[in-house]
Amino acid sequence: MAKDNFKDKPGSIEVKSFGTHHVITQPNPLRKVLLRVPESDLDDPVSRAEKALAGLSGEFKEWMTIEADRLSAAHATVLREGFNDKTREELFRAAHDIKGDAATFGYPSAAAAAESLCRIIEHAPDLAAVPAQLIAHHINAVQAIVRNRTKLDTAVVAGVLSKQLRGIADEFLTHANRDRPEHLEAILAPSIVPGE
Amino acid sequence: MYRIDFNKLRFLICDDNPHMRRILRTLLHSFGAREVYEAEDGATALEMYTHYVPDIVITDWSMPIFDGLELAQMIRQPESKGNPYAPIIMLTGHSEKRRVTVARDAGVTEFLAKPISAKGLYQRIMNVVANPRPFIKTKTYFGPDRRRNTTNTYIGPERRGSGEVEILQQPSLLEKARSAI
Repeated sequence: MAKDNFKDKPGSIEVKSFGTHHVITQPNPLRKVLLRVPESDLDDPVSRAEKALAGLSGEFKEWMTIEADRLSAAHATVLREGFNDKTREELFRAAHDIKGDAATFGYPSAAAAAESLCRIIEHAPDLAAVPAQLIAHHINAVQAIVRNRTKLDTAVVAGVLSKQLRGIADEFLTHANRDRPEHLEAILAPSIVPGE
Repeated sequence: MYRIDFNKLRFLICDDNPHMRRILRTLLHSFGAREVYEAEDGATALEMYTHYVPDIVITDWSMPIFDGLELAQMIRQPESKGNPYAPIIMLTGHSEKRRVTVARDAGVTEFLAKPISAKGLYQRIMNVVANPRPFIKTKTYFGPDRRRNTTNTYIGPERRGSGEVEILQQPSLLEKARSAI
């Protein structure tokens, strides 16, 4: 399928060889998709995409409910079977998806609570030793934030709830990792990912 | 001012979460892209990568079978039949310094932390299209130049030796990869 759709003319790769490494450059194969347009050009692809995303927003509530239920189901399995590689992985994956998606769906406090849970799963030296209530509170918080979003006063409460959970989780993790400097460093380090 | 002609670009997106794939597809189509292929795990993505020869790969990190990091490592095989140079944008909920470094060392071109935004995604795509970096091959690394800072203020040990020895011209591996299909 790709055969008839090649966009690039044959180019050549230049390899500069040094003592310890090679530097490889080639003509930019994507150069021809760059269009020079006048400053007066009014087309705004970012704005167009934001509108399209807003058009999807009617589905976000349902998507968020599905994600929250998946998290609760993973937690129920942990309660039934205990932590093993499989149950740990599924709980982490469900929480991690909410951490990444919930703000896009309009639930930033659910994302914050899920992030706090991810940190516990990732950095607790022994998950079996984590107070069961600490994990349960995170799950319940996500569910509460998702189910009660339409109430006018819940946004502030959700923010406070997530912040308090994060504080308790960080306190627990800092203490539990007091002899594990590499984890301690990761727990205390700020995010360095560039924003927009 | 430059704009990207998205309808000439072929994308491969890889994310195990169907909601995120839908959002990505919506954003890319809104930008003007027509060819957007989707995979829900790293193994499927690698197959599709070889088959469709995408111009740009957008991948999640955490996925079943093998993850986005392993996908990047498999794409960045200099001796592979496929194109080892395609830009890889890692879109992930991981945002710790250690993770960013690991992704960079796996050959990821750009890192975009979730939550996703149209502006953030557009900027990363613009960057890989308009400002491709040379590739570096060492005994332990093959991927885009990890040195983005071009100032001369770096203080610390130099890991790269100097002593330029030769310059070789080779046929484009992208062409080789595409003509093999």
